Amino acid sequence: MRVILQFLGELKRERTRMFLTVLGIAWGTASIVLMLSVGQGVIEGARRGMQGMGKAIVVVWGGETSKPYRGLKPGRKVRLREEDARLLREKVKGIGSISPEYIRWGVYVSSGKRSMNTRTVGVWPEYGPLRNICPQEGRFLNQLDLRFKRRVVFLGDEVARRLFGSDDPVGKVVHINRVPFTVIGVMKKKLQTSSYSGMDKDATFIPASTFRVMFGHRYVNDIVYRPDDISQAELVKAEVYRVMAWKYRFDPEDRQTLRMWDTIEGERAFGRVALGVQMFLGIIGGLSLLVAGVGLANIMYAVVRGRTREIGIRMAVGARPKDIIYEYLLHSALTVLAGGAIGFGLSWGLVEFINALPLKGEVFKYLGRPVMSTTTAIVASVVLGVVALTAGIFPAKRAASIDPAEALRYE
Amino acid sequence: MIKLVDVRKVYKMGKVDVEALRGIDLEIEEGEYVAVLGPSGSGKSTLMHIIGCLDRPTSGRYYLDGREVSRLSPSQLAEIRNTKVGFVFQSFNLLPHATALENVELPMIYRRMRAKERKKRAKMLLDMLGLGERASHRPSELSGGEQQRVAIARALANDPQILLADEPTGNLDSKSGEEVVKMFDDLWRQGRTIVVVTHDPAVAERAERVVRLLDGRIVQ
Repeated sequence: MRVILQFLGELKRERTRMFLTVLGIAWGTASIVLMLSVGQGVIEGARRGMQGMGKAIVVVWGGETSKPYRGLKPGRKVRLREEDARLLREKVKGIGSISPEYIRWGVYVSSGKRSMNTRTVGVWPEYGPLRNICPQEGRFLNQLDLRFKRRVVFLGDEVARRLFGSDDPVGKVVHINRVPFTVIGVMKKKLQTSSYSGMDKDATFIPASTFRVMFGHRYVNDIVYRPDDISQAELVKAEVYRVMAWKYRFDPEDRQTLRMWDTIEGERAFGRVALGVQMFLGIIGGLSLLVAGVGLANIMYAVVRGRTREIGIRMAVGARPKDIIYEYLLHSALTVLAGGAIGFGLSWGLVEFINALPLKGEVFKYLGRPVMSTTTAIVASVVLGVVALTAGIFPAKRAASIDPAEALRYE
Repeated sequence: MIKLVDVRKVYKMGKVDVEALRGIDLEIEEGEYVAVLGPSGSGKSTLMHIIGCLDRPTSGRYYLDGREVSRLSPSQLAEIRNTKVGFVFQSFNLLPHATALENVELPMIYRRMRAKERKKRAKMLLDMLGLGERASHRPSELSGGEQQRVAIARALANDPQILLADEPTGNLDSKSGEEVVKMFDDLWRQGRTIVVVTHDPAVAERAERVVRLLDGRIVQ
């Protein structure tokens, strides 16, 4: 309490000097917090975009063998079928959910006088959650739709907009290649930055069974699955190869035969890049704080020098070296605390302000919004603590090492 | 109580060694009133700093209450300064931004005395020295005599056995100086050990014993 009052007295007496020191710390804090917040926002925006296609999924396509296997020549084509998805679900432990995906491009879809050419996708009900497709209106496909080969369709939001404008399409009829389908749901708008066959907003989704009957496809375009446990993803992948290799008679080590897009590995790599970016931004922000810390250390040295006689008096009446160290460390900590609080307040205000602005457009969609996370607060607080300690400890030690007899002679 | 055996103190002034004390042998009994008299540069203040544990001898031994203190750690010396010794300086050495009350509280803070208790004692000491009304004044708002009385109150804060005064009347007018010297007389009569360093024979003659110092040696 006494040191706090002493610090407040110092604030009052040395207004300009203390204001500039606190301002430096506040500036440094704001720069580290804002850097990390903006970085976090951009990363979260990018991650949201990446996960628009589905979180932790693996997409499997057929391919061509590249190695001879049990007398079979390389160069054999392997094309996946719907029953392969069933086989994998049955044989591979660790697959959480799975769906085959039939695709037909350039399908004529109409509603009244409005029409368009679009992509029609035949899938199982599991496909919706796998690919992050959530209904804004109505529902996604279900098992009954699949079992009874119902002529029902789930529309991508852009398809719904183009065919129905602002009307609610659920319950209405659209014609796909002149066959009537009942609209059961419309996709909730989502940010999707990656795809392998086009954006989901531009597609129409129908049951795989209906698709097969309607278009007569024997082969699926791909199979999408998600492992139960992400940490077991590599094992599951190896099992998928093993089961498919057994069925199609190819070498399970022949990685050309099945092409796989493992978004889990992609997310891991992205996580590493994101961490690198955050560290880089943190270091830049931290450098500003470091400069402020050097300024504080300088001020603290000046304070110690200016108070040499006072330190001598304190020692003469019984202050121990550790009492002196404690006083000057606390002085430094209070300065950092004041600057840090102002810096945090400013950053928080600025982040809230930016988030309150009606910023629209693609750029902001991809850039994301600054996020003040707990991690940001912890990182900034730790850096502040280190700055307070290092800026305070050396001047404090200098103060404590003063010879009291010398100090009393000091003018 | 105080025993110095062949105490020497050498200061390094650049490349030159300056011998401030050249083999001091001195004993001061408990309750004695001793004046250390000598001209400027004779080593009086150095002697007082060593007796008060503000400084350590370069060689020789210093016993305080039978304990050799010349080799103690800075923290142990601080504890002795806090509890056994009270200092009164020529230039008062009060904290400029603290009030008279806060200045008197200072030694009690380092003795970890509770705030309420130390404020009460500080107030009592200021009242005793006739400064009760000036407790909330800063040193710049007090006269020289008042400042020195605050310094005496501070020196008495932890009720030390020894009171060391370095030219206590040097910065005071004759009336204030006389008052301060009278206070030392009273404190001595209460049983305290008083050591006054001075170059003023009038101050020295109030003491029981006068030790004369010249060029770092006791001459009488």
